[in-house]
Amino acid sequence: MRRFAYTRADDVDAAIAALADHPDGVFLGGGTNLVDLMKLGVVSPGLLVDVSRLPLAEIRETAGGGLWIGSGVRNSDLAAHPAVRTRYPALSQAVLAGASGQIRNTATTGGNLLQRTRCLYFQDVGKPCNKRVPGSGCPARDGVHRDLAVLGHSEACVATHPSDMAVALAALDAVVHLRGPGGERTVDLTDFHRLPGDEPHLDTVIRPAELVVAVELPPPPAGGSGYRKVRDRASYAFALVSVAAALEVRDGSVQDVRLAFGGLAHKPWRARAAEGALRGARATEESFTRAADAELAAAEPLRDNAFKVRLARNLAVRVLSGLASLGGAAAVTEGTVS
Amino acid sequence: MSTTSTPGPVRVEGREKVTGAARYAAEHTPPGTAYAWPVPATIARGRVVSVDAGRAMDEPGALAVLTHENAPRLKDVDDATLLLLQNDRVPHRGWYVALAVARSLEAARAMAAAVRVTYAAEDHDAVLAPDHPGLYVPDEANGGFPGSRERGDFDTAYERAAVRVDATYTMAGLHNHPMEPHAATARWEDDRLLAYDSSQGATTVQKTLAALFGTDKERITVVSEHVGGGFGSKGTPRPQVVLAAMAARHTGVPVKLALPRAQLAAVVGHRPPVIQRVRLGAGEDGTISALAHEVITQTSTVRQFVEQAATPSRTMYVSPHSRTTHRVVALDVPSPSWMRAPGEASGMYALECAMDELACATGVDPVELRVRNDTATEPDSGKPFSSRHLVECLREGARRFGWHERDPRPRSRAEGRHLIGTGVASSCYPVYVSASSAQARVDGDGRFSVRVNATDIGTGARTVLTQIAAEALAVPMDRVAVEIGSSALPTAPLAGGSCGTASWGWAVHKACRALGDLIGEHAGTVPAGGLTVTADTSDDIVSEPPQAKSSFGAQFAEVRVDADTGEIRVSRLLGVFATGRILNARTGRSQLVGAMVMGVGMALLESSTLDTRFGDFAERDLASYHVPACADIRDIEAHWIDEHDPHLNPMGSKGIGEIGIVGTAAAIANAVHHATGVRVRDLPLHPEKLLA
Amino acid sequence: MATHPAPDRSTGPGRSGDPDRTTTSTVTLRVNGVPRRLTLDNRTTVLDALREHLDLTGAKKGCDHGQCGACTVLVDGRRTNSCLLPAVAHDGAEITTVEGLAELVGPAEGGALHPLQQAFVDRDGFQCGYCTPGQLCSAVGAISEAAAGHPSYVTSLTAGPPGPPVPLSPDEIRERMSGNLCRCGAYPNIVGAIEDVTR
Repeated sequence: MRRFAYTRADDVDAAIAALADHPDGVFLGGGTNLVDLMKLGVVSPGLLVDVSRLPLAEIRETAGGGLWIGSGVRNSDLAAHPAVRTRYPALSQAVLAGASGQIRNTATTGGNLLQRTRCLYFQDVGKPCNKRVPGSGCPARDGVHRDLAVLGHSEACVATHPSDMAVALAALDAVVHLRGPGGERTVDLTDFHRLPGDEPHLDTVIRPAELVVAVELPPPPAGGSGYRKVRDRASYAFALVSVAAALEVRDGSVQDVRLAFGGLAHKPWRARAAEGALRGARATEESFTRAADAELAAAEPLRDNAFKVRLARNLAVRVLSGLASLGGAAAVTEGTVS
Repeated sequence: MSTTSTPGPVRVEGREKVTGAARYAAEHTPPGTAYAWPVPATIARGRVVSVDAGRAMDEPGALAVLTHENAPRLKDVDDATLLLLQNDRVPHRGWYVALAVARSLEAARAMAAAVRVTYAAEDHDAVLAPDHPGLYVPDEANGGFPGSRERGDFDTAYERAAVRVDATYTMAGLHNHPMEPHAATARWEDDRLLAYDSSQGATTVQKTLAALFGTDKERITVVSEHVGGGFGSKGTPRPQVVLAAMAARHTGVPVKLALPRAQLAAVVGHRPPVIQRVRLGAGEDGTISALAHEVITQTSTVRQFVEQAATPSRTMYVSPHSRTTHRVVALDVPSPSWMRAPGEASGMYALECAMDELACATGVDPVELRVRNDTATEPDSGKPFSSRHLVECLREGARRFGWHERDPRPRSRAEGRHLIGTGVASSCYPVYVSASSAQARVDGDGRFSVRVNATDIGTGARTVLTQIAAEALAVPMDRVAVEIGSSALPTAPLAGGSCGTASWGWAVHKACRALGDLIGEHAGTVPAGGLTVTADTSDDIVSEPPQAKSSFGAQFAEVRVDADTGEIRVSRLLGVFATGRILNARTGRSQLVGAMVMGVGMALLESSTLDTRFGDFAERDLASYHVPACADIRDIEAHWIDEHDPHLNPMGSKGIGEIGIVGTAAAIANAVHHATGVRVRDLPLHPEKLLA
Repeated sequence: MATHPAPDRSTGPGRSGDPDRTTTSTVTLRVNGVPRRLTLDNRTTVLDALREHLDLTGAKKGCDHGQCGACTVLVDGRRTNSCLLPAVAHDGAEITTVEGLAELVGPAEGGALHPLQQAFVDRDGFQCGYCTPGQLCSAVGAISEAAAGHPSYVTSLTAGPPGPPVPLSPDEIRERMSGNLCRCGAYPNIVGAIEDVTR
């Protein structure tokens, strides 16, 4: 790890100014991924601008009936917040599906969005990686890639985004509030993360010295929502595939549906094709299967991860069926040992 | 026949461990201690052309960068993995090519990252294949077992068998990953070396360091007071203590080196990947007439290590016609080594899955099939077993587990979207014992102390040796203090091969009995200066006993498989073992259960994928190498048969550290087949293997 | 949930306006109730500050990357992985390590143990002991999280409306303790020890 200077900003503008003046700097929030990557040598900032004590840890209901989640809100506080648990259960479940109790106590909402892929080549500075060193190559494409992308990948990069939280936020139409040297702007969460294309070193559309200030949720969709994650270990592991969904069924037909996949792509994968296929359709397993297949038709699995396509389909059907049979109640039963 | 009702004493060092007072190897910081950080090779094979330490030495606090050009010269030893920084060869990726030393940990890590190594890379070969032209039959597999054994006429008997099973089982490499990374703190003073080392046996480390540095072992003290697990990976001296000692000698200050977790996969051993073909020929009733167990595995170019996976088939079942062979190829890969029950854990996975396939093929109940093939003599040696209660373990386990309610048809039980199945497998582990010495002393005030260089890697050695001493002296445990974990103590073998307690305990028992006699000679009055007795068991250990000695057991697993996702959860796991006398039910059960937990990892989670283009293992951290987490472990029970065997040692004990992992993976794999009807012959049982 | 008063953080490292690019800082960590003033490399983590600078080696380094939980300590009353915390960013923080656990429940005179520590001894909730300090600190944190009504993944999937406290069933304990790996496989006894203390 390279030596670095440290400064703690007094307010958001000072933090942004500090970074604007120092292009080799980064913001320090919870640090759970940043410190990890610094130890690995994957990132080597010369300056850490500590934003963890800025007043960004607020969760409040918005005038429009939505929810404002400050970027400094710790994962555990987000998952435990009564409004999140009752109105956006998929989000609470997704956050709780990630990492460990210790990490959730430290990691922040903003940092969670900005965490980097766990592709093993990205994390190994002794090997090529286009995301870490543009132009050096992607050994994952023909190498060890069981965990990696089946949708939206490129010749240059087959990484997946590791966040659980972001998958739920994608399904829930969250908006990211950013502030930078050029002022404030908002970006839909589904546009915040990028597909790798020719520039896999860019995970998101965030600009230099821009700070994630908050994530805003619109009012929750009618009906229920849920999140289900499949991983090798029963806990404390990144997703092979995960599904966040919200479903409203009226008179046996799908009135509204939101569906997003984790573990399949370089970004949380909002399944708009599946949603389109489902709206107005009968809320049956057959419809759910057809819709999932419609979404996953675009999949281009790698040598060792074709199973993810089937797993994603089965999981989507399972989650949607659960939501449908519960008549929109906000729970998706865990598919493991009872 | 039952579990011992009294739970056994709590660990004597329990308080130190729960208060943080117990110190491990990297937790000694003599004044002026420097920190070291190794630099691993980033090629799979070739030579180091140059090492540029210039930028590294610019780091404030930099002390030195050791390379093959400036490092202290080492004398030759058998274990070539310890001949570090001696020449420019790179035998595999991850091999150490330099060592950064600095005043602080942070500086050492930064230096290591800044060292620029130029290589001349050569083509490498890291692909294990059944038709690899480099495969050969070794004279000996690990443990000194013959590489190949033939009895009778396997080919003819197999051909004539009424029922035949022919199946090939594969498994990825596995890593020990003890929670404490391999660490050492070394300090030279006046040509004397004091090293705190995370090791399963400080005596071996002491001898090896003496040989490497060309000095008398009396000048070297190695302390392994508390060790954070090893599971075989700390059974032999490892690079950390050699590098720390080299760096301390080079810089003249004490040096601390804890190997970074990500480097462990390449330098402290692992269970190698194994390809096993098992053929069973049997009568309609399931009685085995022909058994072949043929193993293909890999080693490195640095050192030959052959996982002795075919050896359980020489011990387990009736097999008048038998072929058990190992073939190995030396690849440009990290060196494999001991991992908990080397040979048995891997070999019994294959044999016990094949037995399940035979049960399916014959329609014989899997428990009954094993009972029918029980044998009172070891098939390979022809020797009678000193004790063998496999059948009792199977029967008792079946009773406790509720095995007989089982519908044998695959896919016969479901709850919602979950398929439920049960499976069984046998366990075995050889009984070893080594010569040890120990000293027993009574002070003038009547306090007893025992000194022996045993190591407690979590087994409860300190506690059980205190019990053995107290029992032999016929005094309460709290009057006996046992000192272990230093080469300055009477010489003793390592904690390995499940024979620590038998070996050390024998010497402790002998010394304490002799001390008791000596006190008797003083008419029960201890002189003011106390009395001391030293015992050595070299003459007590029979090298070629007339009996075959082994522990046995049976494990039963219930799994729930999610039909949509392929997720497998082990909802119940029950083992019954026959391992002589259990000396401490509390710590003994912990060892058995703990090994079964590791077996769950082997079955479902753990996998080290050899990234053949780069020549290293892909999973090198605890986020990608999945050891079981708390949520993976549900209902696990370990029981035992009260087994009395007069042919063992004064305590009547067999080892219990390893047998718990033997058979677990097979029991789970067999349960998965029963649940789903899918026979997966490749570990670990990741979800995709069930998502056809 | 924080059980400690918020420390005064108006002064300390990085407070001098424009960063001057110095790479060391002076911080005060309140460790087990005692303020400890240290001048540290900014790269030094809380874990390394404890182990290498304060000779408090109870918190363990198992992976150094937040993947094992052996380094778990309580920071301002919440469990966290100290290997991922730059000490410089935790000036003024209240840190409780395994060495200070007994004092959380009263004066540790006469060598009294925290009930969890005693339960771990009685239940044989460890073997090698290396993950144990992290397990203990994590269990203390998990118990207070449940008492405060914080859900876990298993609560969130099955439970009714939020509201403290969450009963710690074995399933709840297993999920909440999954951030602490134990290679010796002491999990059943760890869960039993926590049950002993919470029921």
